[in-house]
Amino acid sequence: MSQPLTPPKKKDPQKRSVVPTLPPLGRSRAALGLSAAAAEGRFALQHCAECGTVQYPPRDACCRCLGVTLEWSETETGGTVLAQTTVRASPDPYFRERLPWRMGSVKLDVGPVAVCHLHGDVARGDVVRMALKLDKAGQGVLIALPQQRTKAMEDDPVLRSLTAHPKHRRVLITDARSHFAAPLADALLKAGATRVFMGEPETWRRWPERDALAAMDGVELLPLDVTDAASVQKLAAQIGGKVDILINTARFIRPGGVLMHDTVFARDEMEVNAMGLMRLAQGFGPGMAARTADGVNSAAAFVNILSAYALVPDAGYGAFAASQAAARSISQTLRAEFRPSGLRVMNVYVGPTDDDWHQSLPPPKVAPNALARSVMSGLIEGLEDVYCGDVANNLAERWKVDAKVLEREMTGGGA
Amino acid sequence: MSRAPYDGVVLTCPVTVPYVRYSNETAHWWIARALRAALDAAGMTPQELDGFSVSSFSLFPDTPVGLTQHLGLTLRWLDTVPMGGASGVVAVRRAARAVQAGDVDCVACVAGDANEIDSFRKLLSGFSRFSMDAVYPYGFGGPNASFALLTNAYMAEYGVTRADFGRIAVAQRANALRNPDALMKTPLTLDQYLAARPIADPIALFDCVMPCAGSEAFLIMREDEAQRRGLPYARVSSAIERHNAFPDDPIQLRGGWAVDVDELWGMAGHGPDQIDLLQTYDDYPVISMMQIEDLGFCEKGAAKDFVQAHDLTIDGDFPHNTSGGQLSVGQAGAAGGYLGLVEAIRQVTGQAGPTQVKDAQRALVAGFGMINYDRGVCSAAAIIEGVTP
Repeated sequence: MSQPLTPPKKKDPQKRSVVPTLPPLGRSRAALGLSAAAAEGRFALQHCAECGTVQYPPRDACCRCLGVTLEWSETETGGTVLAQTTVRASPDPYFRERLPWRMGSVKLDVGPVAVCHLHGDVARGDVVRMALKLDKAGQGVLIALPQQRTKAMEDDPVLRSLTAHPKHRRVLITDARSHFAAPLADALLKAGATRVFMGEPETWRRWPERDALAAMDGVELLPLDVTDAASVQKLAAQIGGKVDILINTARFIRPGGVLMHDTVFARDEMEVNAMGLMRLAQGFGPGMAARTADGVNSAAAFVNILSAYALVPDAGYGAFAASQAAARSISQTLRAEFRPSGLRVMNVYVGPTDDDWHQSLPPPKVAPNALARSVMSGLIEGLEDVYCGDVANNLAERWKVDAKVLEREMTGGGA
Repeated sequence: MSRAPYDGVVLTCPVTVPYVRYSNETAHWWIARALRAALDAAGMTPQELDGFSVSSFSLFPDTPVGLTQHLGLTLRWLDTVPMGGASGVVAVRRAARAVQAGDVDCVACVAGDANEIDSFRKLLSGFSRFSMDAVYPYGFGGPNASFALLTNAYMAEYGVTRADFGRIAVAQRANALRNPDALMKTPLTLDQYLAARPIADPIALFDCVMPCAGSEAFLIMREDEAQRRGLPYARVSSAIERHNAFPDDPIQLRGGWAVDVDELWGMAGHGPDQIDLLQTYDDYPVISMMQIEDLGFCEKGAAKDFVQAHDLTIDGDFPHNTSGGQLSVGQAGAAGGYLGLVEAIRQVTGQAGPTQVKDAQRALVAGFGMINYDRGVCSAAAIIEGVTP
């Protein structure tokens, strides 16, 4: 049975932080299909379009009929552990620091055999369910999980290394005034986060929910204005060494397209949504990236809440969508820049939220609780791209099928 | 269609360049030394040689093409056999046919690899695409972890214990103590084997080969040419080769030998009881056990009883891996695929010196190579018979 994690001791400031190392990073292009599926929490393998054979490891041709049309499709997750081992010696620096490491061979119900990580609660002969997760190198890897939930299963060291679970971690929510900051703080604390720092912009301005938030056990409100580099740097100097998960909830939004929109609003949208993200990354990113191997409360994830209209604009919120597209692009650069550290950049795409600025829109709209739940499941599952709510999921699906067709539909070219 | 015999072609001039754990010398250097020694034994100059077969993992960026200029060879037949542990037998199969057909007069078969500090880790990192995509991200235990999985399944399937594997490792160490070139110099008891440091359960330290630098070589020529030069030689009475056998076996409990075993003995015209010594590819004891079964020395799953019932040392009733094998001599990269074959040529031609098996005439040599993903892909075997002038 998995042993519950023990809360980390206070860090000895004289001790050197463990320098992050990565598991093997190289993959063939075909194998990147695993990473793409893992990023969204899907279990997908290559299926031959001609003969239907499901194959693994990923190939460039079907190992049954030599067909070259191979599709990544959602696949049954069942399997049986054929063999197991505990690796006690490895020439690889990442694993060497984490030995012993359990791995095994699993016969998948769909046919092929997968060499994979073994969760601590599975052993040879067990019927398991397979999952695809992103490892510290950001690559999709297979892990065999117990078929039924086991006690403290998320505390298994292998599984924990593949997720950004908030347990025993310290979180910064960058804008306490966001509608879903309160339910998010609540969910984080319930999941075992030791502390939730919450940034408060414009501290001179009163807001009704403040007192309740400040009274929550484990929550600490601190001044933070993402449009002000000095403010970001000041807070980073104060708490940067103990932010394990950063969730950027800062957002500025005004309805309006391009032709009739006030560029002052557009500038504010860019300042908060795109430049703000950049300032946060510059302030907190290097410190977090240096602490990704720092034990139980190592830095794990940098989270952005993005509008799904970052993928394709809704003309009614055109300038806002432009700022979201900019933020999305910045987040992708951050992925490249954080790659050597293993710090994960998670984007949570959301449709119209149920707030004043979307008051005139019809449902469905995303409730604050629903967005908090999506962020939580993304951290706990270890995802990189999360789509919250029906609108975001629908847009993402259409965007993946054909971005140009979606653009026509969104710009008035559809039925 | 029945296969044509390897008549009129022989193996001669076996050479082992003594291994070292770490060396600053390159594969080119190691191959040159083995080639020179084999040619010297035959009384040939490099200029006389017209055929060359090379196996090496560490020639990069060169291939054997680069070696021709590097070593000053002008050839009319050039081959490379990138099959790891199956390289020796496969090189024989190809070169023997070429000599038989008159495409070439004499082929020098050479395998050798460098081993600098950290070069084993680098070799592993680029070993195969499936390893990169689907094995090393899972603990990077290298071949130790992959064979640990096979061993785990094999033990469970056939009720084998670590002490059974220990019989093989302990006997080989005893053999190695008679081989001055073996890297392992101290005796090994079964208790020491069982108490060894675990590497990837159930594999422990003495189940693993030691990566090292070294090279091996022999020559293939027409029988009349060997006679003319007065060289002791061995004939090839049978040889098989198979790749990616039993792809639907969920885990490897048998190798490709099981596909071709009847052909192997049929071509040789006798059975396992006529074999004087066996050289298995012993990257791990479990693979030696699979070979003992799949080559017909006992029933499937009975190798554990076989190794308990027989004495596997040089003077025993079933001499096995007489030089000490890779487990006790070392694994010099692709030369590991030659080690058993070169020792077998020495044995059946009476040139094995301190490891000589008395009256050895016939040897079976098996090869096994390339754990591409979850199993070894290449398997091969040859039976050779010695002729001493």
